[in-house]
Amino acid sequence: MEHQLNRKKMSSGALITVIVTVILLVAVIVLENTMNANSMLFTVLKKAAVYSLVAVSLNLVNGFTGLFSLGQAGFMLLGAYTYGILTIPAEMRESVYYIYQGSAINFSLQGLFQGLFGTAGVGGAIGLILGVLLAIILAGLVAAGFAYLIGLPVLRLKSDYLAIATLGFAEIIRAVFQWDKLGRVTNGANMLKGFPTFSSFNIKDASGAVAVRLSAFMPLLIAALCIFVIILLINSSYGRAFKAIREDEIAAEAMGINLAKHKQMSFCISSFFSGVAGALFAMFAATVQARSFTSAMTYEILLIVVIGGIGSVSGSVLASFLYIFCSEWWLRFLDSGALPFGNISVPFFRNGFRMVVFSVIIMIIVLFFRRGIMGTNEFSDLINQTRRKAKTKKEAAE
Amino acid sequence: MSTSVLHVENMTMQFGGVVAVNNLSMEIDEGEIVALIGPNGAGKTTAFNCITGVYQPTNGLISFYGEPMVCNHPQGKMKKNYGGKNADLYTSSHVLSPTPDKITYMGIARTFQNIRLWKSMTVFENVLTAKHMRAKQNVFSATFRTNRKEEARMRAEAEALLKEQGLWDVRDDVATSLPYGQQRRLEIARALATDPKLLLLDEPAAGMNPQETLELASFIHDIRDKYHLTVFLIEHHMDLVMNISDRIYVLDFGSLIAEGTPAEVQGNQRVIEAYLGVADDE
Amino acid sequence: MEFFISQILSGISVGGQYALIAIGYTMVYGILRLINFAHGDVFMVAGLMMIYLSASMPLYISVPVVLILTVLLGFLIERAAYKPLRSAPRMSVMISAIGVSYLLQNVALYVTGGQPTTYPAIPFISKPVNIFGVPTQWVTIITPVMVIILVVLLTMLINHTKVGMAMRAVAKDFEASQLMGIKINSIISITFIIGSFLAAVGSILYFTKYPTVVPTSGAMPGLKAFVAAVFGGIGSIPGAVIGAFIIGVCETIIKGTAFTVFSDAFTFALLIVILVVKPTGLFGERATDKV
Repeated sequence: MEHQLNRKKMSSGALITVIVTVILLVAVIVLENTMNANSMLFTVLKKAAVYSLVAVSLNLVNGFTGLFSLGQAGFMLLGAYTYGILTIPAEMRESVYYIYQGSAINFSLQGLFQGLFGTAGVGGAIGLILGVLLAIILAGLVAAGFAYLIGLPVLRLKSDYLAIATLGFAEIIRAVFQWDKLGRVTNGANMLKGFPTFSSFNIKDASGAVAVRLSAFMPLLIAALCIFVIILLINSSYGRAFKAIREDEIAAEAMGINLAKHKQMSFCISSFFSGVAGALFAMFAATVQARSFTSAMTYEILLIVVIGGIGSVSGSVLASFLYIFCSEWWLRFLDSGALPFGNISVPFFRNGFRMVVFSVIIMIIVLFFRRGIMGTNEFSDLINQTRRKAKTKKEAAE
Repeated sequence: MSTSVLHVENMTMQFGGVVAVNNLSMEIDEGEIVALIGPNGAGKTTAFNCITGVYQPTNGLISFYGEPMVCNHPQGKMKKNYGGKNADLYTSSHVLSPTPDKITYMGIARTFQNIRLWKSMTVFENVLTAKHMRAKQNVFSATFRTNRKEEARMRAEAEALLKEQGLWDVRDDVATSLPYGQQRRLEIARALATDPKLLLLDEPAAGMNPQETLELASFIHDIRDKYHLTVFLIEHHMDLVMNISDRIYVLDFGSLIAEGTPAEVQGNQRVIEAYLGVADDE
Repeated sequence: MEFFISQILSGISVGGQYALIAIGYTMVYGILRLINFAHGDVFMVAGLMMIYLSASMPLYISVPVVLILTVLLGFLIERAAYKPLRSAPRMSVMISAIGVSYLLQNVALYVTGGQPTTYPAIPFISKPVNIFGVPTQWVTIITPVMVIILVVLLTMLINHTKVGMAMRAVAKDFEASQLMGIKINSIISITFIIGSFLAAVGSILYFTKYPTVVPTSGAMPGLKAFVAAVFGGIGSIPGAVIGAFIIGVCETIIKGTAFTVFSDAFTFALLIVILVVKPTGLFGERATDKV
């Protein structure tokens, strides 16, 4: 129906999805300020927010453009380091970089802004927020810039070669960041720390006590906004061109879609958001260390995308939350040696059992439910379908 | 004097030692419907692929509306085992080998022998996506919806095309769920969506029944007149070819063996031999 | 000079171990067009099994048992995780391979409890020896010899037996061989069996030299062996072996310089260079997409 109106209007399903998302975000603020702030819920929410953004960005390039890229951990690393390097407060640098006798960069972005707005009160908060946001954006841009350079030679390769080449690039980047000659910038193999984290978003009153907690809300908001932009892109003319490339490269090229340009575009945009997610991951973990961004991390994200459904943004988001909630919280008891209820101890429940259960579930999904939770559907499609069905039912009844 | 749309000069396409197209030259004028025929494996589709940039010809020059579009000469390893003629004809000019999308942008659109629709996309999306190439927008304006006018125009044009092709009723169906004949139609509609000047059809009637083939003939005439197209097609249905073509080129084993009006080609001894074989015992 | 010889020797030895893994990759890729991401982990599991088995039984039993169990593992992985996806898109099979790799690593983590385990010293091959005045282990010399013997045997198998002929046919054209009555499932199983067997032999040689086994031990050698296979031209066994030796030697040389950090990165840089310059590798065949 919507095609008949020349301008595409938002479907009711999309509208409902947006409204529900906003309600959930508000609910998080409310919960955060009423519940115990140390609840596991908020930790997993923060982590899930980060993972959903990476998963969606991986899905953009793998699921929507059909490029099997496995470089996501590398782009997250670039984002995380960019964020860390730019936001460690100047006074902390000496102690963070003590092995290399100080850092080559002796300012922090929020420090620069605070130089303009003052360090105290509202001015300080504005300076901090602007600095952090700018660093996050730069994190994305650095990742996208590297993606562009990597993409030039690599994107011409066919599916599995592309996978292994991007995986290789992620490993190269990881090695470069651990190189001690770059130590004054990257701190070598040691960790970066001391930069603003999610709890820096909490609004404090004059006495320094937390007045309004936003530490779980902010990452969710940033992830939601980024994912919203990706959804807009996917539903635009460019998104259709990406899907055409996924469906049939030769036909896409014959219909005037420049393969090199569009693949590069999808790859860079995906990397931009992975870089942003890397910055968020740094904020979540409060430290950055190159050796945590291994190819295993990319595999984990890829499996999340598969669980959600390759080619479905809703699926990736849903699967990220499910995956993080299960692995970090709900299935923790599998590692603990006892069932969560009734104090029954199970002998084979010990460290690592959770991940075994997890990988078995993943294999079952990969083998028997290949479409994942959502297939290629979105929440909005499902809502529209049910509404349409209800409508036809009603009409039939009349 | 009519304008030349496509000019092919001494085109040779060689895969290793196999000469798929041998020194092919031809000329297609504006508004013509020209057919390329020949037995299986004669190199017809290879010729198409060279013209549309899928392959880079080993040697030869292709011009579009008088402008050189593709040009190459045997180089490197090819130089030694080059099997065609006139290898040094184009050595002085520089090599031109645009990618298929650039050629489409110049105004040559094509369909494929084995249908290549975007399988899981709807009929409407298939046509709409082909409009992407000529849309005035960039990735930011498209993402943040500041290209509304352009998007509306694309949708309106796609809608008009589908209505004209009788595919409007199935617009929300997945492309591959259509019956074969309609899939062929959709492929033509998708090619037309790129606003071509020259349309290349690779066996448009393959798999169609006689009735559909008949309809196709008048359909090709119609779109030629309506969009001021020049049509170049490969086809095996001789009825269709003889019926609609202004001129015919005949390929056999990669070489041109005859050209002319349908009547001329039908009477040509070499064409008959190529199709029916030569008796050996005389 | 001594340093140089010892570098070359250990490079050849590492290269030989990579070669044994790389053959598994290249054969599977040749037939299924699948990067078997789990292959490196099969190699790691073979190492772990050796540790646990050698603790309870003498070596002359545990070595054959490890070989048999590894072969069985490779066979089962193919049957359980790849066979059901025969008609699925290639990406699904590759994801399945990544899933298996994830599963094997997690099971290994569970079994070992995350503690690094030490590989048993195998008499004779772990004994020290002096070559050109350079002290090293017997394994350093045995590896290349063993690789050459196994490769010759394998090449004979592929070129001169009926099974080998069937393998070549399946690699050339999957559907056509099926129509010609070749039991492709058995051929694929045999490929996995050979690959796993070689990986098990490789693991014995590799872990004798680097005797710590952790759940991720297989990932890096696996990836490097794959790079070797691509370098040599995927699908080509001599190519994989030569690629593996080159990578092994280069890597050990780099490890001897100030750029140790880049020894892994170098392998991938080499991969990207070869993919960009000559995507078919040294001995690979060109495949084209028909329009």
